[in-house]
Amino acid sequence: MRAPAAQSAAAAAAVTIGADTPPPPAATRPLVRMAHVSKRFGNGVLALRDLDLDIGRHEFVSLLGPSGCGKSTALRLIAGLTSPSSGAIDWPERATLAPATDIGFVFQEPTLMPWASVFDNVNLPLKLQRRAPAAGGGTAMEVDAALAMVGLTGFERAYPRELSGGMKMRVSIARALVTRPRLLLMDEPFAALDEITRVKLNNDLLELWHSQSWTVVFVTHSVYESVYLSNRIVVMAARPGRIVAEHVVDAPYPRDEEFRTSPRYNEHCRIVSRSLALAMEGM
Amino acid sequence: MNGHHRAVRAEQAERLDGAEANPADPAERRQRWLRIALPIAIGVVTLLAWDLVVRVNQIPHYILPGPLRVAEAMVNGWDTLWPALMVTVQITFMALAVAVIGGVGLALLFAQSKWIEISFFPYAVVLQVTPIIAIAPLILIYVDNTHIALLICAWIVAFFPILSNTTLGLNSADHNLLDLFKLYGASRWQVLRYLRIPSALPYFLGGLRIAGGLSLIGAVVAEFTAGTAGKGSGLAYRILETGYRLNIPLMFAALALITLTGVLIFILFTALSHLLLHKWHESAIKRES
Ligand SMILES: Nc1ncnc2c1ncn2[C@@H]1O[C@H](COP(=O)(O)OP(=O)(O)OP(=O)(O)O)[C@@H](O)[C@H]1O
Ligand SMILES: [Mg+2]
Repeated sequence: MRAPAAQSAAAAAAVTIGADTPPPPAATRPLVRMAHVSKRFGNGVLALRDLDLDIGRHEFVSLLGPSGCGKSTALRLIAGLTSPSSGAIDWPERATLAPATDIGFVFQEPTLMPWASVFDNVNLPLKLQRRAPAAGGGTAMEVDAALAMVGLTGFERAYPRELSGGMKMRVSIARALVTRPRLLLMDEPFAALDEITRVKLNNDLLELWHSQSWTVVFVTHSVYESVYLSNRIVVMAARPGRIVAEHVVDAPYPRDEEFRTSPRYNEHCRIVSRSLALAMEGM
Repeated sequence: MNGHHRAVRAEQAERLDGAEANPADPAERRQRWLRIALPIAIGVVTLLAWDLVVRVNQIPHYILPGPLRVAEAMVNGWDTLWPALMVTVQITFMALAVAVIGGVGLALLFAQSKWIEISFFPYAVVLQVTPIIAIAPLILIYVDNTHIALLICAWIVAFFPILSNTTLGLNSADHNLLDLFKLYGASRWQVLRYLRIPSALPYFLGGLRIAGGLSLIGAVVAEFTAGTAGKGSGLAYRILETGYRLNIPLMFAALALITLTGVLIFILFTALSHLLLHKWHESAIKRES
């Protein structure tokens, strides 16, 4: 096998690109640490093999890889929706952090309750956690704030069927934001959207991430999207699912159209595409 | 985020426009009119044809009465038909109510544990597949009170669609939503209350529509059986009685009343379904093209 050598070369090359800019936020103690995590499903499929991944505070990490390489599985493992067959998932700061209230999950589909209004959908996490309303606030204010963040003020009483695909996705994002999570897990949230809506939501997401000091783990198929958004890209290969390369995108934030058209952006895309191609070749 | 706000405002404006649907659209109005007029026209034509066949062939009324004779019999026999109808309707609705309570209750129990479902479901199926006509005489023998015996018969028929539909509905909650509830640490009760029950509602209402008709059929079948044993007071008993006396027009009138009751029950539950689902469920949403 010659692929691994080539991959690590690609990864090494990646780190040196654009070394003149400040490094991404260094994680002293990661928010989440996955150590030697494997996941085998009941049907014998080895979805992930020996995964080592640290998610640092205020990082924007993208998981990039071909279909079936275990990206969704990794996300579900972090969220605690499924448990690893071996290995450990640690929250080093567990003492100061209640995982249930601190994770927001955005599924690939909007996954809204069709019988509930936009307000009730976004309010769901608060209702389930039976949180006492913040002093002087109340859950209505928190819901309104979340809807304002995604630009859906005024749609509280609409039903999901009355919304466009992009708007539904934004409701789903608002629902993930309403608990003000520290960690936002997003599973190809924009995959089904048109290019223009996707670019707009990309920008909105970056702006929110930047201003709210969140940590985001973002699953995507798109090299361009991952380079635009992330400060670290984790490239995965399938059968069995594993990490084959990591790539740091050291361009400063805020990023905008200028970055998207810059030679540096293209260079990052080229390198990440190459790692991805190698990952798929190795299948 | 100026561009953002502009976009939102545009979306809101769009929504307001959409809300004011065009009621004056002539094509739409014609369609709505035809929707009512066409079935009525078919009905009228059928009645006329029936009348014509009876007149032209001079069929005697004790074999096939014409529609006018049936109407006349209904008016003249109203004093006996109306109380009989009330008896049948009462049994139908009481049986349906018990079927709803029992079916939904059992479905909720099934939703709590797979093992309860696995243990009991086969017997619910047994109850369903055994022809009611075959067990009605037994029930009438074992249960002294005829009224209660009729109720049991109608209940047996109406119970299963509610149970099976509600069970299916409770199990058909979206998997990602179930994960979401898990993520936020929802209790079993919260999952049931906020996710499984709303997911099951359209299925339950579908079951109710079927059960409404079946419950009437169950009541009528049981009344027939009871009637042949000489006890009875419902509409089916009237049909039997008029059959013995060869009062065929009155028999037709009683038959028409049973059919009408069935149709009304169907309309009632369709309306209920629409009322509860029109805001969100695909089955009840009118597409604006
Ligand atoms: N519940 C499950 N039971 C059995 N196998 C599963 C299950 N979920 C996923 N798998 C298998 O695990 C592997 C990884 O699946 P996963 O959904 O994580 O891939 P993915 O990278 O998210 O793919 P995609 O990009 O298509 O969404 C696949 O081979 C899939 O068949
Ligand atoms: Mg996936």
